[in-house]
Amino acid sequence: MKLRQLAHCRTGDKGDNSNVSVIVYRSEDYPLIEKYVTAGRIRAQLRGQVRGEVIRYCLPALGALNFVLHDALMGGVTRSLALDPHGKCISGIILDLELPGP
Amino acid sequence: MSTKVVRIGCGAGFSGDRIEPAVELAQRGALDYLVFECLAERTIALAQKSKLQNAGLGYDPLLVERMTAVLPACVANGVKIISNMGAANPVAACQRTAEVARSLGLSGLTIAAVEGDDVTALLRGSNADLGDASGGPLESGRIISANAYVGCGPIRDALRLGADIVLTGRVADPSLFVGPLMYEFDWAEDDWPRLGQATLIGHLLECAGQLTGGYFADPGLKDVQGLARLGFPLAEVEADGAAIVTKLAGTGGLVSVATCKEQLLYEVQDPAAYVTPDVVADFSGVTFQQVADDRVRIGGAGGRPRPEALKVSIGYHDGFIGEGQMSYAGSGAVDRARLALEIVEERLRLTGVSLRESRYDLIGVNSVCADLQNAPTPPEVRIRVAGRTRTLEDALRIGREVETLYTNGPAGGGGATSSAREVVAIVSTLLPRERVVPSIGIEAV
Repeated sequence: MKLRQLAHCRTGDKGDNSNVSVIVYRSEDYPLIEKYVTAGRIRAQLRGQVRGEVIRYCLPALGALNFVLHDALMGGVTRSLALDPHGKCISGIILDLELPGP
Repeated sequence: MSTKVVRIGCGAGFSGDRIEPAVELAQRGALDYLVFECLAERTIALAQKSKLQNAGLGYDPLLVERMTAVLPACVANGVKIISNMGAANPVAACQRTAEVARSLGLSGLTIAAVEGDDVTALLRGSNADLGDASGGPLESGRIISANAYVGCGPIRDALRLGADIVLTGRVADPSLFVGPLMYEFDWAEDDWPRLGQATLIGHLLECAGQLTGGYFADPGLKDVQGLARLGFPLAEVEADGAAIVTKLAGTGGLVSVATCKEQLLYEVQDPAAYVTPDVVADFSGVTFQQVADDRVRIGGAGGRPRPEALKVSIGYHDGFIGEGQMSYAGSGAVDRARLALEIVEERLRLTGVSLRESRYDLIGVNSVCADLQNAPTPPEVRIRVAGRTRTLEDALRIGREVETLYTNGPAGGGGATSSAREVVAIVSTLLPRERVVPSIGIEAV
């Protein structure tokens, strides 16, 4: 099962950091994503892009996780050589994470 | 006695945003305030460059077009306008807005310019050791602009002076909304919980269509109707800072708990400490409740005392970026494209082109993320819209309409445009609050 069946996502940028929210559609799925969508798995999924630390913030009342990806945008939107300098497409990659499920 | 409610809308989420959703808000939103957030990180440095070439420029390039479109309805309906479209030259923006008003036959307007965010001279003259983004020293000669993020105070003060339109330079985006709310409800500057709540409202609204179903759609999972006619958001705010966010009936889009949650965390680092010049807002206890179709009640934000230092964005010369693209299709396309990259890399080396940094992408294969695991097929899809037109204006509109998919289109789109260009990069530093002294100028029509 892919994460996109349980959750949605939006990416933002601040300097050279990217942030990715992961928000469950149904609150009962939150424990599953808190267990399996870890900072380490996010880092592995984006290993070609993220050079720094990945920090996770848990927001159980909102059914959401917020990941801050450090040193992830080739210097940030104003000087990046990347085609998507904001890193906005990262959300689509995160939603392809595989989860254990039916 | 009925409880006072302030109606505040957002008419633009970035400089190039769509114009007619703001006109709709001005015409039939029964608004008290219409806010336009048009100043991205680098925009003010580019505006500073244009001001250096012509002292009458340096404000937002779409200022005249936006004002021409919204002023008649705003004046007729008593809607006050707050915007950072002043960019590097708020005084010139006021003068141009006054000219637009006169040309439309409008009068009785007070237009305020908020200045003081420009700390370029202060930074150039300081002995601070500044570094550029690649780790080298940032010499003062490379600095184009330095602007402090000013808070809500000067906007409230301009409204107290009777302003109908307030045009600023660099102001923290949520402060564009906090200023009028603070003025209307007479909140104290240290009323941290209410300022936290007002900052939540500003943060949710500041990207316009990103709250109302723009940048959200994912067909089959998150369906949104009418994205080509997306309505922009407004908030109905009560004196304690509680609010309902909504959009106008008959417009496209969606205001739901899910659209609110996505925007709540957009560009946020620690949700419990969202730092602005006004307050350190705490979004960790925020609540959303769907009270009707396209109406969500928001609450639960907190606040702690504001920081003593203000963030300063420094725009500086950072060399140039050159780019070239070519496509290959059909059988063996990937092999031919890889060979092409090898040839170009070798040619750049053979001919002595000095590269400080480079990357070689196969678009549609690995340009979004290298070394992708479990990739679907195809892993990337890029749209290109091209059209033949008779006028330059029409041709420019094609690209602008594609660009507005950023905040108004389906989820997860990115990377519009490519060219060869001079680079103006941004680094940030901090400055003690007392070194930044805002001032207000008034233009009457």
